[in-house]
Amino acid sequence: MSELTDLTIADARDGLKKKSFSARELADAHIKAIEKGRALNAFVTETPDLARKMALESDRRIAAGEARPLEGLPLGIKDLFCTKEVLTTAGSHILDGFKPPYESTVTRNLWDAGAVMLGKLNMDEFAMGSSNETSYYGPVTNPWRRKGANTKLVPGGSSGGSAAAVAARMVLGATGTDTGGSIRQPAAVTGIAGIKPTYGRCSRWGIVAFASSLDQAGPMARTVRDCAIMLKAMASHDPMDSTSVNVRVPDYERAMTGEVRGLRVGIPKEYRIDGMPAEIEALWQKGIQWLKDAGAQIVDVSLPHTKYALPAYYIVAPAEASSNLARYDGVRYGLRVPGKDIISMYENTRAAGFGREVQRRILIGTYVLSAGYYDAYYIKAQKLRTLIAQDFDQAFEKVDVLLTPTAPGPAFGIGEKTDDPISMYLNDVFTVTVNLAGLPGISVPAGLNNEGLPLGLQLIGKAFDESTLFRVGEVIERSAGPTPRPGTWWEV
Amino acid sequence: MSTTRTETGPLVDGATGKWEIVIGMEVHAQVLSKAKLFSGASAAFGAEPNAHVSFVDAAMPGMLPVINRYCVEQAVRTGLGLKAQINNVSVFDRKNYFYPDLPAGYQISQYKSPIVGEGEVIVDLPGGRAITVGIERLHLEQDAGKSLHDQHPHMSFVDLNRAGVALMEIVSRPDLRSSEEAAAYLRKLRAIVRYLGTCDGNMEEGSMRADVNVSVRKPGGPLGTRCEIKNVNSMRFVAQAVEYEARRQIDIIEAGGKIDQETRLFDAKKGETRSMRSKEEAHDYRYFPDPDLLPLELEDAWIEQIKKSLPELPDDKKARFMRDYGLNAYDAGVLVQERESAAYFEEVAKGRDGKLAANWVINELFGRLNKEGLEVGKSPVSADALGSIIAMIGDGTISGKIAKDVFEIAWEEGGDPKEIVEKRGLRQVTDTGAIEKAIDEVIAANPAKVEQVKAKPAMLGWFVGQVMQATGGKANPKAVNELLKRKLAL
Repeated sequence: MSELTDLTIADARDGLKKKSFSARELADAHIKAIEKGRALNAFVTETPDLARKMALESDRRIAAGEARPLEGLPLGIKDLFCTKEVLTTAGSHILDGFKPPYESTVTRNLWDAGAVMLGKLNMDEFAMGSSNETSYYGPVTNPWRRKGANTKLVPGGSSGGSAAAVAARMVLGATGTDTGGSIRQPAAVTGIAGIKPTYGRCSRWGIVAFASSLDQAGPMARTVRDCAIMLKAMASHDPMDSTSVNVRVPDYERAMTGEVRGLRVGIPKEYRIDGMPAEIEALWQKGIQWLKDAGAQIVDVSLPHTKYALPAYYIVAPAEASSNLARYDGVRYGLRVPGKDIISMYENTRAAGFGREVQRRILIGTYVLSAGYYDAYYIKAQKLRTLIAQDFDQAFEKVDVLLTPTAPGPAFGIGEKTDDPISMYLNDVFTVTVNLAGLPGISVPAGLNNEGLPLGLQLIGKAFDESTLFRVGEVIERSAGPTPRPGTWWEV
Repeated sequence: MSTTRTETGPLVDGATGKWEIVIGMEVHAQVLSKAKLFSGASAAFGAEPNAHVSFVDAAMPGMLPVINRYCVEQAVRTGLGLKAQINNVSVFDRKNYFYPDLPAGYQISQYKSPIVGEGEVIVDLPGGRAITVGIERLHLEQDAGKSLHDQHPHMSFVDLNRAGVALMEIVSRPDLRSSEEAAAYLRKLRAIVRYLGTCDGNMEEGSMRADVNVSVRKPGGPLGTRCEIKNVNSMRFVAQAVEYEARRQIDIIEAGGKIDQETRLFDAKKGETRSMRSKEEAHDYRYFPDPDLLPLELEDAWIEQIKKSLPELPDDKKARFMRDYGLNAYDAGVLVQERESAAYFEEVAKGRDGKLAANWVINELFGRLNKEGLEVGKSPVSADALGSIIAMIGDGTISGKIAKDVFEIAWEEGGDPKEIVEKRGLRQVTDTGAIEKAIDEVIAANPAKVEQVKAKPAMLGWFVGQVMQATGGKANPKAVNELLKRKLAL
């Protein structure tokens, strides 16, 4: 049955429709893969019973001719999405034992579309990290290894469990969230596709908040088409989220015509950063060539404020996080470490419940919002954010889409960067701009480097123009050729 | 914050001379609305603890606020009632601090861009004096929950029923100059929001509470350092708190000390204020715009629509009562304090003597209601009934004195005043024959008094009294007077 786990979402959908296999068989194949793949630590919670129950319902509907768009397709859910009565941890000790009495809008949309839940996926604590090493539940291991080496590599982050589970064929697809690159960077370093949609495209209701003005949910899957299929189901206008936008969700698959002739592709010169590895530069050039060969027009553009994006991001995101995470106080849910009075209970709970990176960001955020520093940091960062958004507006007067690398390098070793937060933060250098401007960005697998590790290319689109990203993304995917499987070295 | 008041107000004595008290108020008025400001949970008062708590109110992970349109409308309505600038764009901010009754660790409030800007309130004072108090702003914010410290030997409990309920914070300029003015301002503000239907003004249930900023200065001098007295919840306490605090500050300054800017609590039992926290201990609230909410944008057409739906407000009603019913400013002011009282008065006065109606409503009705602790809506004597009593006075059916008896009967036993008068034979005697007979009897029985009254005509009153007594109070006093004068040849 193992071949069932190799299917794309699109193929599995067809197979179910043709009754080549049942949803139950598809679910069982994945449940088995998850059991065999526990060494990767991709899951915080496995829900095989729930998966089988949902699959049986899918089989009933398929038999009755009532199949919904994602009927019977088994998916993994990043543990940042609240799932009703299923443990939801956000990768943090502080949410110990938290089983939400509600279902997030995005996951609700998926289940309403017939998808099957395999479990909750590991992640950096509160989505703060680029390597999945800040999780209270331990690091996730990337299914990819350097050629001829046994060094365990990180799967990127913060949606590291999602990326690893998809790449290792434990799930057909997974949800991720992206605040500064948390879908795109792990997708790139695990050889899969992942899109951060336009801010407001997916509801944030029921997703544990990290930085509210930047957080956005999106799909991660092995092909661009699979992401398109998932996003169509995930996206919706939600009156419960005041920042969700009431625009029609197009039929993304229909937009994937394979045609990019005459399309204007912008190459932002500021993304050619100091010290960028040659292989990343080479990858970028390859991407440019592929699109040129497909008939697209390449245009050099400038995004002059790019260099301020990372510092602005590391002010805005921690500021919002410091406030968003104030609710984890031991009073109502999750962990409580008693103290002699209320203040010491707060202190004990938050000292034990939050890991070092989360504490660091709460401190940074609290600092930048403090009286006397607010104008110098937060206000200035907001101004930069406006300038960065204007850069994109101007660029999009000349081009239809931008092409950049997704991450400044391939997957690195577990523990390699944990002592150097700045070098860790640099992982987001190509991705944060998109969050700051609220634009959609997709990472597309673009082949392997000399060490046999996957690399990704990023396409950035106009607001609510995910269709173009899927269309161009598929062209790059096709040009790069199929990404090989990472092997099965981890299986027991 | 600067005062808009230019004239010097009432002064108080200190050991070193006269002092002027400067007062500004921040009034928290709970928005009259079925649901909370950012969640669909009920905003009703008095439920079992934690019965009205949504996932948003409890700050469960991933929950998001959604603005309640009706609460916004109520704030706009209030702003219009305060003759204030309505801001087309306002912003919700987070005010961050830790407390168990604040589940999210922040209160959603409005900091730099409130929904309502500058306005004014005209406050009537005894003696026909009126002052204009500047309104600096009105903003919307969430209420917090309640910590219960008396439920368990070593734990505190939290009730989140109030958490997230919509409040309007109405900030005045420091334009008030005495405890009396402060209480009168609060009373006026309460009247306005109750007229508008935007707050029930129930201070006992905490629907309205005031933070009072008090400082003292030498007349005409620069503003002194102020202290903020938190959460004062009645007019009487506002007056007491101001009196106590002003005296405390004057005493300190006159003893050579200086006032520390601080937040103080009012102890209603002892009638004094106590230090709560100093300026140094003040929180850094780390305000920033709430990223979960978009800026609130109001269209002029919508504001205009609300403006058109505003009821007649106390000031306009008072002017109309003076104009249409010939009332003096004081009576008109008393009648318009409550919308219900004003409506009651108008029903009584309709087609009748307005001044007489005002006297009866203010003296008899309000007197009796106050004695029994009743609202006008609960009066056993309906406006219709009181109106018919007044009509009977007007057409001479009963005397004013008998009318009081009829009112009393109607209050205690109910019933139609006309029937009461008929059944009990209270109709005024205007039959001059019957009156003359009574007069003749009184004159015949009191020859000595007859002599005396000729020397001293003021003694006529004694005869009137005797005749009234003889007729059981039913004789028309005017007729009695005239006939007596004639018969006694005065």
